[in-house]
Amino acid sequence: MRIDPFEKFAMIVGGILLGAFILAIAYANFVWGVKVPTCEVVTRPFSKGAFIETAPKTYEVQVVARMWYFDMGTGKNEITIPAGSKVTFFVTSGDVVHGIKIPEKNINIMAIPGVVGRVQTTFERPGEYLMVCHEYCGIGHQGMYAKINVIQ
Amino acid sequence: MGKIRSLTLWHWYVGFAALFVGLFFGLRQSLARAGIWAKYDYYQGLTLHGVLNALVFTTFFIAGFLYLTTETSLKRPLRSYALAWFGFVVLLAGTVLAAVPILTGRASVLYTFYPPLMAHPSFYIGLTLVVIGSWIAALVVLRTYLAWRRENPEARVPLMFIATATTYIVWFIATIGVAAEVLFLLIPWSLGWVKETNPLLARTLFWYFGHPLVYFWLLPAYLAWYTIMPRIAGGKLYSDPMARLAFMLFILFSIPVGTHHQFADPGIGSNWKALHAFFTFLVAFPSLLTAFNLAASLEYAGKSRGGSGLFGWWAKLPYGEPVFAAFISAMILFIFGGISGIVNASYNLNMVVHNTSFIFGHFHLTVGSAVTLTFMGLTYLILPKLSGRELFGRRLALVQSYTWLIGMLIFSFANMAAGRMGVPRRTDLGLSTYSFPPVVEHLEKVSALGGVILYASSLLFFVVFLGTLFVGRSSKEMSFTLPVTEAYQTEAEAPRFLDNWKVWIGIAVVLIIIAYTPVLKQVLEISPFGSPAYSPSLPVPLPR
Repeated sequence: MRIDPFEKFAMIVGGILLGAFILAIAYANFVWGVKVPTCEVVTRPFSKGAFIETAPKTYEVQVVARMWYFDMGTGKNEITIPAGSKVTFFVTSGDVVHGIKIPEKNINIMAIPGVVGRVQTTFERPGEYLMVCHEYCGIGHQGMYAKINVIQ
Repeated sequence: MGKIRSLTLWHWYVGFAALFVGLFFGLRQSLARAGIWAKYDYYQGLTLHGVLNALVFTTFFIAGFLYLTTETSLKRPLRSYALAWFGFVVLLAGTVLAAVPILTGRASVLYTFYPPLMAHPSFYIGLTLVVIGSWIAALVVLRTYLAWRRENPEARVPLMFIATATTYIVWFIATIGVAAEVLFLLIPWSLGWVKETNPLLARTLFWYFGHPLVYFWLLPAYLAWYTIMPRIAGGKLYSDPMARLAFMLFILFSIPVGTHHQFADPGIGSNWKALHAFFTFLVAFPSLLTAFNLAASLEYAGKSRGGSGLFGWWAKLPYGEPVFAAFISAMILFIFGGISGIVNASYNLNMVVHNTSFIFGHFHLTVGSAVTLTFMGLTYLILPKLSGRELFGRRLALVQSYTWLIGMLIFSFANMAAGRMGVPRRTDLGLSTYSFPPVVEHLEKVSALGGVILYASSLLFFVVFLGTLFVGRSSKEMSFTLPVTEAYQTEAEAPRFLDNWKVWIGIAVVLIIIAYTPVLKQVLEISPFGSPAYSPSLPVPLPR
């Protein structure tokens, strides 16, 4: 099969480009720590939300997504934490499939009944962070959100 | 071979009728998200838009089109028309069974129908029949090929048929996943035979199907770009062998990549997600081959038409020809579709865009443009041949293609920008109780403007379509074959192994086993069959 030198060049450049993208992904994963959710085998699904300070400025939030609110154990649709807090979210669903997106953070995880997901982030800047359900979960979906208040 | 005429036409009538209804709800969504004309059932409309456009329109159009490419490339009648018509009836019955519960509000579960939201059983049974109908169409093509092979034991398989068969091979392997999901999980569950189902397993089976599904849509467009477009442009396909290689690579890498739709899912190891991400980058490679091959073909055409120099040929292409206008607009939009697709595929970068409006910004450039606009261009080419009438409103057809190009750039870029700011997809944003920064409101209005332009463009298409059928001047040039491009580097230069289906399918099966065994094993271990059924309108399980 005859492959034109130009075509060979284009193939090599294309291959190098894809390789460079893969390296960038690996760099973000290992150096910056931008991870995707993985399979949690230790934590079993839970049916009640919880908001726990495990150490100073370190929190564990157990989120149960339900039609159409996030139960985070605080009795309202928000949590308040000091700036610089490291937060681990354990996420499951109490009914249908939901999702969590925190637009100003790289937090993006599905809430699926029967399984638990875990994501972690640090809230450096004070402010009000929106946490929105990003998977269709029925007629109330567009009203499903929570807030994370980060205070000085 | 005149029997092909009504067979293809009837597939297209139903397909375009579905598209016509579905596009109206596309318009409504783009307006509703901007807070305009928002009083309707958004999620019912979204289900209609997804099911009618992405599943029904594509399947009917592709089945009708690939009958035509089979006859054209193999130069023999289908085996057999009776079976093909039976397939059509099954497709139609399935469509009706699925459409009735959606229209009556008992299946507002979107086209991905993730359990434990449950639709009326008729929805699942209807979709099953649509899949079975498409399998019958694939069987007709397979039987025609086998008959051709017996008659021509030594002949090379024509490129147009390579593309046709690749589409159905990818489709058949893919639909095994959704068939398993619907037959073993969802139908027994929706009929109440089993009370509880497994949402993560259902999602995993759906996306085993869901990604190659996009290649089922895209490969017929590639077929048109490779084997028809260069001739319309006035040139030749640059390389037949490299085109063959690209199609075979699609067989390999279309399927073991589905978990890249589940990067944000719990219950699946990040290592296996990374493997699927890697295979996804490999499936980008045949698209890069395609970009080179088609650009070289266009350069050949431009230079044959008197263009010269590095860029001079670009100006000589037949932009005033409706078929070419649709193809070139589709290809330009697909460049952005491909680039945004690589963003989606990029594992941790996906955390920025997953389930945001970036996603539908992306796929309206692929299935909503590369595919749909190419199919419209094919209609401008083929409808006059099948109907024996001249194309009605050539200028309207031209305006249609270029307004689609402009409308889609506006629509997609606005939504990709909004998605970058975290705006969720599949959300009745006009009624949301939270708010985003003010710029998002403006982006949604820009998106609505794009939606209006696209809808107007689609209406032009239907004017041309119906005008050609009913008031077009009759022409003497009724023909039931397609214009096939010659190649500059011909099939004679292609090594024989490039036509060896068994080898490529065999490797594909091995790759699927490697990619999916660990994922399915993990999902079955971690995810229970424990979810009762829910209706989209009640926050408690349905009494059963």
